[in-house]
Amino acid sequence: MSTNTTIAVAMSGGVDSSTAAAMLAHSGETVVGLTLQLWDQTRLAGRHGIPDAPKAGRCCSLDDVYDARHVAEQLGIPYYVVNQEERFEKDVVRPFVDEYLAGRTPIPCSLCNNHLKFDQLLQTARSIGADRIATGHYAVNEFDATRDGGRGRWILKRPADLAKDQTYFLFGLTQQQLAHTLFPLGSLTKPQVREVARQRGLALAEKPDSQEICFVPGGDYKQFITAYLEEQGEQVPVSAGELVASTGEVLGHHQGISSFTVGQRKGLGVSSPSPLYVLQIDPASHKVTVGADQELATRTLCAGQLNWISIPSLTAPMRVRVKIRHRHEPAWATLEPGSEGEALATFDEPQRAVTPGQAAVFYDGDEVVGGGWII
Amino acid sequence: MQHPLPRLFSGRKNPFFRTIDTGLLIPVPRVYMDANATTPLLPEVMEAIRPYWMEHFGNASSIHMHGQAAHRAVDHARETLARMFNCREAEVVFNSGGTEGDNTAIFGLLHPGDHLITTSIEHSAVLQAANRVAERGVEVTFIDPQLSGLIDPEDIRRAIKLNTRLISVMLANNETGVLQPVEEIGKIAADGGAFFHIDAVQGAGKVPFDVKRFGCHLLSISAHKMHGPKGVGAMYVRRGTPVESLLVGGSHERRRRAGTENVPGIVGLGKAAELAMESLADGTIERLAGLRDLLEAGILALPGTRVNGGWDGDQRVTRTANTTNIAFDQVEGEALVIALDLKGVAVSGGSACHSGSTEPSHVLMAMGLDKNAARASLRFSLMKTATEADVDFALQVVPQAVERLRALSPVAAGTLG
Repeated sequence: MSTNTTIAVAMSGGVDSSTAAAMLAHSGETVVGLTLQLWDQTRLAGRHGIPDAPKAGRCCSLDDVYDARHVAEQLGIPYYVVNQEERFEKDVVRPFVDEYLAGRTPIPCSLCNNHLKFDQLLQTARSIGADRIATGHYAVNEFDATRDGGRGRWILKRPADLAKDQTYFLFGLTQQQLAHTLFPLGSLTKPQVREVARQRGLALAEKPDSQEICFVPGGDYKQFITAYLEEQGEQVPVSAGELVASTGEVLGHHQGISSFTVGQRKGLGVSSPSPLYVLQIDPASHKVTVGADQELATRTLCAGQLNWISIPSLTAPMRVRVKIRHRHEPAWATLEPGSEGEALATFDEPQRAVTPGQAAVFYDGDEVVGGGWII
Repeated sequence: MQHPLPRLFSGRKNPFFRTIDTGLLIPVPRVYMDANATTPLLPEVMEAIRPYWMEHFGNASSIHMHGQAAHRAVDHARETLARMFNCREAEVVFNSGGTEGDNTAIFGLLHPGDHLITTSIEHSAVLQAANRVAERGVEVTFIDPQLSGLIDPEDIRRAIKLNTRLISVMLANNETGVLQPVEEIGKIAADGGAFFHIDAVQGAGKVPFDVKRFGCHLLSISAHKMHGPKGVGAMYVRRGTPVESLLVGGSHERRRRAGTENVPGIVGLGKAAELAMESLADGTIERLAGLRDLLEAGILALPGTRVNGGWDGDQRVTRTANTTNIAFDQVEGEALVIALDLKGVAVSGGSACHSGSTEPSHVLMAMGLDKNAARASLRFSLMKTATEADVDFALQVVPQAVERLRALSPVAAGTLG
């Protein structure tokens, strides 16, 4: 690839993306810093118990934009804030709310990666004259010319620091996107990244990592959904219903399905001699099925809206390890093509709390084979 | 603040970038077409200010000769501003700039129960001050412009009530350059017994001022929009206008604005005003209008482009000589601003929101443009030092950038197929 081109670095104001920008700038690349302004943290302030003033250190807060700008100034690179609030709301926030209302458990970070961080960012980068983007994700991408009958494919791999592995959130990347993306941190561990940041004199080298969903203050998503719908002038849909055992016995009633997620134990509102967990949420009947821990385990999962990375498509059964949530240790399974563009995974050992709305990402060793959304 | 890193960039691969003093890499050549945001000092202004930092450093309120030297300089600037406004010297009040002037007019005249008439295309220094007094019991009417960007004076006449105390309308709009019919509004204010404030920040140095002809009681300007320094401005306050000072303290500026006079700033403002008056007389402004027209015609040669606020039906609307605001169909204005910046052309679009990203211009939306059209619009505002070479350079860069954006636009892919 030609090196004499412009790279747009997505800068969030955190240590990772700042260090990625610093590394590229120091290697002599022509670098432009971009921050996507995604959500106005003051927008729902004061509604339904959401604090009046946003906390510092969250995505799109003024402090983070200030930090990103400060790093860019220190590096001497041009820096711009690009307003993508409308697209973020349409492609991430609204689907997030709708998924919960439909009894599923969404991952907004993956939606954001697919729609904003890569699709939109790449388009913005191209329109301003940059041909590649770089992010502070912990992941590795490389081109393997031998794949796909010699046509070659871009491969996405787990990073050096497996504790920071973000490939789970990146399964939606297309070949096009991978070809134009750099992950400068892929070969480093988080402590090494902080060390680089320190060496480069970045003031935010010790800034703590952000953990929560960036637009949900305090991590209380139920509060967020209520406040958001209120702002939109919509009613929280009535989805109260029965709480039933897997035998069909009615154990009680609940106030709405959006308060539940598969595997949840707390806040069920029924007492039982042994702990009860949410097994299933039926958005049509509003029935929430609960049961014992061992009943949570399932041997199969079905995933849709698939994206393949290391292979062009799944045509035959394949042995893979499947990761079903961010903190899940990938488990061995046999993956088979299903009907209507779906894929079926059969685990060697039953897996606990396979949750509709979450992503299933398939690994072959360190490589991401592909992934989809659990149905 | 030390920037230890940029030194490393000196031997860069890309010859089109060079490092400037702030450590930022900028593409060269480079033209600046954002004069409505700010302008650089002219060399004469820089020279005029220079002795007032160290040599003549006195406090203009002091009795001794140091103070007298400073006072003389402030008085000299006051004479110049009085000539510029066509008013008495005693009616010139120095302040920190346009925002202070706008705020002073609104906070200094209005009390609960009063009525304020202003427009929806004002600068935020007026709009936000109006919102603030509205929260405190002042009745506020915002008049919308026509599609041309013009405020219809009759709309203002119709809005007048018994308790209308102040009318505040800008002379020239910062985004479209459209000149508002202030003389007619001045007459309406007089008929209605209301005070009249003109935010003339964007008119300074571009159109001749005459506060008597304008019929205003208050008028605000800022030095840095006319090649003076930032952080200093002046206000015309007609004798007897009961405007309260925002800042209290010493008896500076005849008790109308407390705070030690910003002597170097005021000297710079005076010099800039003097040069601005010369430019209005020596043909500079006509030449500037010619360059703006050249730029505008060159850009309008691209398909899918329109001037915002250029026309009222078949009638050309009078604009400041340096400004044009152009809508580019199927272009994300924010991306175009960045693309042009990286290619060496500095322009602006919309207004900066709190984070520094762009929000669609409230001015264009008030004129009736929809959000997408407002978002697809850019403002080009030339400095009076602009050259034909600047315009030629912009006309090389802009079409390329616009074409690239259109090729990438999902909207364009759908419609142009």
